[in-house]
Amino acid sequence: MGKEIIKRTKLEMAKSPQGLEGPGFFAGKIEDVIGLARANSLWPLPFATSCCGIEFMATMASDYDLARFGSERLSFSPRQADMLMVMGTIAKKMGPILRQVYEQMAEPKWVLSVGACACSGGIFDTYSVLQGIDRIIPVDVYVPGCPPRPEQIIEGIMKIQELAKNESFRRRNSDEYKRLLNSYGME
Amino acid sequence: MDLLNKINETLNAQFPGVVEVSEMSFDFPAFTIKKENIHEVLSFLKNDPELNFHFLTDLTGIQTADEKFLGVIYHLHNMPKNLRIRVKTFFPMDKPEIPTATDLWPGANWMERETYDFFGVRFKGHPNLTRILNVDEMDIFPLRKEYPLEDQTRDDKSDKMFGR
Repeated sequence: MGKEIIKRTKLEMAKSPQGLEGPGFFAGKIEDVIGLARANSLWPLPFATSCCGIEFMATMASDYDLARFGSERLSFSPRQADMLMVMGTIAKKMGPILRQVYEQMAEPKWVLSVGACACSGGIFDTYSVLQGIDRIIPVDVYVPGCPPRPEQIIEGIMKIQELAKNESFRRRNSDEYKRLLNSYGME
Repeated sequence: MDLLNKINETLNAQFPGVVEVSEMSFDFPAFTIKKENIHEVLSFLKNDPELNFHFLTDLTGIQTADEKFLGVIYHLHNMPKNLRIRVKTFFPMDKPEIPTATDLWPGANWMERETYDFFGVRFKGHPNLTRILNVDEMDIFPLRKEYPLEDQTRDDKSDKMFGR
């Protein structure tokens, strides 16, 4: 007698990592499993300085709902954050502060540079503005736009999810990664 | 216009020859004062019971288009009568030094720091003449015309891409 339930949404299960599957067991690489876990629980640290930050607020709100991607909790302390989202113009005076925030984040960490100003200085080609945050910290994904739409910010986060998923477990210990940090004068 | 003439006469009677220019500019009486006398003129404008320009609205710097002179502009306000005037003074680029106005208006403190920050005007007697807005390591005075506005380290704006 119960009311018929009409499924209106087509649900897709997330793909499981490659491995041997059987009844009651799964054997795969721990690297893949950890990558999956990391990718779907990226805690963002919003470093919002101007209009791109407003777009980010829209991204976090119900319409676009960044929480769907496992980024429910904004971490306003760098120590518990996985992903630094730099949104807006970074003045040269702000540069050392941004760098300090980045250095305080625990590994593994990713950086998303949102908007023209954070990526390249944007229209502010002037003595007081940092011409792109990649001059002081390494950046993983750039999101262009002035400001970018929430869809674009989400796409950038999905790109970081891809990076997190496919990152080698030992990448942060590799010489290449150390060289990258050294090129920014960090240990 | 009456205000302009009145102040002009008062200043000329009190300090003969210090007013170089007196004109109406943008609806305000504006006076250009000799640099040597700027402090006593400001002090007089503030303390004279008739004039009573007791409030310093703004203080800013300027560089003349020929790049030979720097200037400082004071915006003064008489609140009881709602009268406003501008006082200017100019001095050559190689010796940008004038007395501070912080002893008359404590509010001039940050404005003079800003003027120093952007134009390099040294206010003699200022309690803490350091940069206020720009990074401390900056070694230029960015609003002077001799320094380029654009960031010199930017490399993505080459002529081949933008046809400049």
